[in-house]
Amino acid sequence: MTTLTDRQQLAYIAGQAADARLNVELETEGMTLNIGPQHPATHGTLRIICRLDGEQVVWAEPSCGYMHRGYEKLTEVRTFPQVTTLINRIDWLGSFANEVPFILAAEKLMEIEATPRAQHIRTILFELSRIANITLFLGDMGVQLGAVTPVFYAFRDREYVLNLIESVTGGRFHPNYDRIGGLKDDLPKGFIDETKSVMKTVRAFCNEMEELLVGNEIFEARTRGIGVIPREIALQYGLSGANVRASGVDWDLRRDQSLPMAWNKVDWKVWTHPDGDSFARYWVRLQEVREATSIVEQLLDSLPAGPIMAKVPRIIKVPEGEAWVSTENPLGEMGYYVVSKGDTGPFRVKIRSASFNNISVTPWVLRGVYVPDVITILASLYFILGDIDR
Amino acid sequence: MSLGVVIPYWGQTIFRALGVAVAVLIPAGTAVYLYLFKMVSFMQSRLGPMEAGPYGSLQLFAEVGKFLQKEDLHPDNADRFIFKAAVFVVFLTVFLIYLAVPFGPFAVFADYSTGIFFAIAVSSVSVLGILMAGWSSANKYSLMGGLRAAGQLIAYELPLSLAVIGVVIQAGTLNMQGIVAAQVNGEIFGWGGIGFPYILTQFLAFVIFLIAAQAELTQTPFDMPIAESELVAGYMTEYSGFRFLLFFIAEFASAGAFAALAATLYLGGWALPGVSLDASWMNVVGPLVLFTKMLIIMGLIFFVRFTYPRFREDQLQRFAWKYLIPIALVNIMVTACFKVAF
Repeated sequence: MTTLTDRQQLAYIAGQAADARLNVELETEGMTLNIGPQHPATHGTLRIICRLDGEQVVWAEPSCGYMHRGYEKLTEVRTFPQVTTLINRIDWLGSFANEVPFILAAEKLMEIEATPRAQHIRTILFELSRIANITLFLGDMGVQLGAVTPVFYAFRDREYVLNLIESVTGGRFHPNYDRIGGLKDDLPKGFIDETKSVMKTVRAFCNEMEELLVGNEIFEARTRGIGVIPREIALQYGLSGANVRASGVDWDLRRDQSLPMAWNKVDWKVWTHPDGDSFARYWVRLQEVREATSIVEQLLDSLPAGPIMAKVPRIIKVPEGEAWVSTENPLGEMGYYVVSKGDTGPFRVKIRSASFNNISVTPWVLRGVYVPDVITILASLYFILGDIDR
Repeated sequence: MSLGVVIPYWGQTIFRALGVAVAVLIPAGTAVYLYLFKMVSFMQSRLGPMEAGPYGSLQLFAEVGKFLQKEDLHPDNADRFIFKAAVFVVFLTVFLIYLAVPFGPFAVFADYSTGIFFAIAVSSVSVLGILMAGWSSANKYSLMGGLRAAGQLIAYELPLSLAVIGVVIQAGTLNMQGIVAAQVNGEIFGWGGIGFPYILTQFLAFVIFLIAAQAELTQTPFDMPIAESELVAGYMTEYSGFRFLLFFIAEFASAGAFAALAATLYLGGWALPGVSLDASWMNVVGPLVLFTKMLIIMGLIFFVRFTYPRFREDQLQRFAWKYLIPIALVNIMVTACFKVAF
């Protein structure tokens, strides 16, 4: 056994301490990266707080509310017909679809039903706003991946759909067209032929996207197996719409619910995908646009004649009660819980918007992915800021 | 120079400096108008600029005027000297590459005996400038962009140089004039009508060179250092006004420089088939011939840029190390075998 002199022992301890210091110095601390509220990828003012290790996300949390406009409170000081002006600004890309569930809830409380023709036209416009909404997603996903060309095609062909909506409602973005008991106006002359030709254009656009993006090797490499949300997780976090269908859940409120709308009168299919990754979400939405065009075409062929407005009093007073109606909006399940105290306006409205629940899964799904994939996953979850913050 | 007039040395220096400036700016400006403004617009079903000048041809001057009026901002926490110097380092690289490129029998700025070696070597100086910009901006996005750029440019330097080696073996010289001469004097199966551009034998190397150049230029699908949807604008995020303009011009000018290298190495450079290499009028026509070839290659670069989505950082590295470098090495071996055999 060797004994060390004091001097040697001191040198040994000093060496150990130096090693320890070096180890502490080499251990890098993570970086916190704020993606947003001003960032091109969040198309709006969503903020994602990411803690990074290199380029890998260790922890992420969405922080919303930068665009809160207080619609739930504002509805309390409006009459029932006035509320549609507010709520079609929630999901501003598919605005007509926002009005429908609220009007249906009010009709449910008043125990009236829109005329068959009004129901058909509502459904047609609902699907047109779905197309206007999702076509932009189909192009925008390319932009988030670095391919700038597809989004120009999306804007080009979406313009035709917006023109159709404008020709009926007078507004491209904020139609404010739905009324309790029916609709504001009938369809304009020549609408049916025009719509049929536009539906062909939209289908051609879908084929174009399939060739430009879905068939592209780089697109597949960037989306397949990225941001996988298993079926159980999707259900636990309350995802809805195409996000949950892409995780293999066969759930569509248009089919699973009997509302006074015309979806059950036509023949269409709910598409699902078993993978649950970004690619699946893109693919399911692509199929949904195709289905929507076929729904619109079938409804145009079977459009019933008759009035577009049921008999409703001039001053609308909704009887006391509570009603919940939700529909399958472009972004997912959107519902309104309306409480009425027998007044001209609602007493309380709770809005369940799809994007708010859809982005709640981000802390789970973003853990362990790389920064470029954060952008892909956010884009594929597809949120509209107005739909998150209301 | 054999132009018939004796120019003093200082005069030659000024002449050359002006020449390099023209050589840098004209292809860059043409590419911006032809490809960034027009070709892309037509691809995206729009017209592009139409108001400034006929068919918007003076739009570029309007843009330059706009940038020159803007304030030269720098972030509070930035390392001010490095922040301001970085852009010049990037810009300098382009000038240095053009030095070695021959435009005609005597129209060459510096006829190095190891010209291509020099060009490839200085082309990596821009990494320094990008790292300087990314680090000194005091911005997390800039830093990530700068680091990504460094990793990417170093990875793609290798396939770029390896792709060139095949040509060097065939030509037997590193001198760029020598490479042009070797292509003009070459014969295809004993028939020397159109010369023997190396794209015919070195097609694989040509493709590898273009892919690696795409990555060196940080154009989509390899544009992670800029990645406007992820990193805002990468290492350029904090730059504005004049300095941003220099980055912007440098991007297109270096596309021109790499296109000039590719045109000289694989497409026969400034020479025309059937024309003597010593014809003095080729000093005027040669630059135009090279310019045309450069435009074709730049067209390819920008067509790919506006067509494809972007890779992820790790996929990019895997692509370089697993596919490009081995293929380039095989290409070198096969070329060497043929060189020895025939």
